[in-house]
Amino acid sequence: MATIKIRAKESGGVTTVKTLMSHPMETGLRKDSKTGKMIPAHYITEVTAEHKGNVVMTANWAGGISKNPYLSFKFKGAAPGDQIKISWVDNKGESDSASAEIK
Amino acid sequence: MNLLRRKFIKTASFVGAAVAVGSSVLVPQRAIGAYMKAGFEAKDVDGAIQGSLGSTQHSASDAVMLKAPDIAENGAVVPITVSADMGGISAISIIAVANPQPLTSTYQLSSAAEPYVSTRVKMSKTSDVIAVVKADGKLYSATKEVKVTIGGCGG
Repeated sequence: MATIKIRAKESGGVTTVKTLMSHPMETGLRKDSKTGKMIPAHYITEVTAEHKGNVVMTANWAGGISKNPYLSFKFKGAAPGDQIKISWVDNKGESDSASAEIK
Repeated sequence: MNLLRRKFIKTASFVGAAVAVGSSVLVPQRAIGAYMKAGFEAKDVDGAIQGSLGSTQHSASDAVMLKAPDIAENGAVVPITVSADMGGISAISIIAVANPQPLTSTYQLSSAAEPYVSTRVKMSKTSDVIAVVKADGKLYSATKEVKVTIGGCGG
């Protein structure tokens, strides 16, 4: 199941990318109310955006980002029809990636 | 006796190999993340800025725009947008001052990227949010207070 939703739109030479990922983003500082045990940390550490093989933006995250993270950014030099690729890696070594066409 | 010794050696070498494999997997990861990790593990604002952008010297600038709500009803989801009206920006950090780990996120921007990021962060309580941008090696910042009402009454 893809965990990444991407929407990218080009307008006046600038592409705006909006993306939503599904991830618990546990800080590791929270207690489980039933068991009283700490919930282990589980969060995305790095999000990479690529356009035509070039990294446009890298985000370094930790537990301070909300659950099911939203990220939006803008970049120049893309044309409608190009692909934008978003991938993430979390602190447990899990990863996912998805591509979308720029409109 | 001999058999036992065999077995011991076999187990020992296996454990040794497992440890070697484990550490070789861990080391490169640690090496890459060390710089950022210092920022994320920092408990204060200076440490967070130093760790993510490599310096603590930052000056407030009107060119840095930080958009955040005046009152956040839910501290778990606080929308933050940072943009800047200047060129040569290579990195942006978003810091929530009162969080146990103040550095929420940091963004490395390529030359093609516009100085704009928007995301949602967690805030443990009412505090300042600081956006720091790195432009041509210098740091500029914008600060805004966000009131957090976890009760959800909308204050």
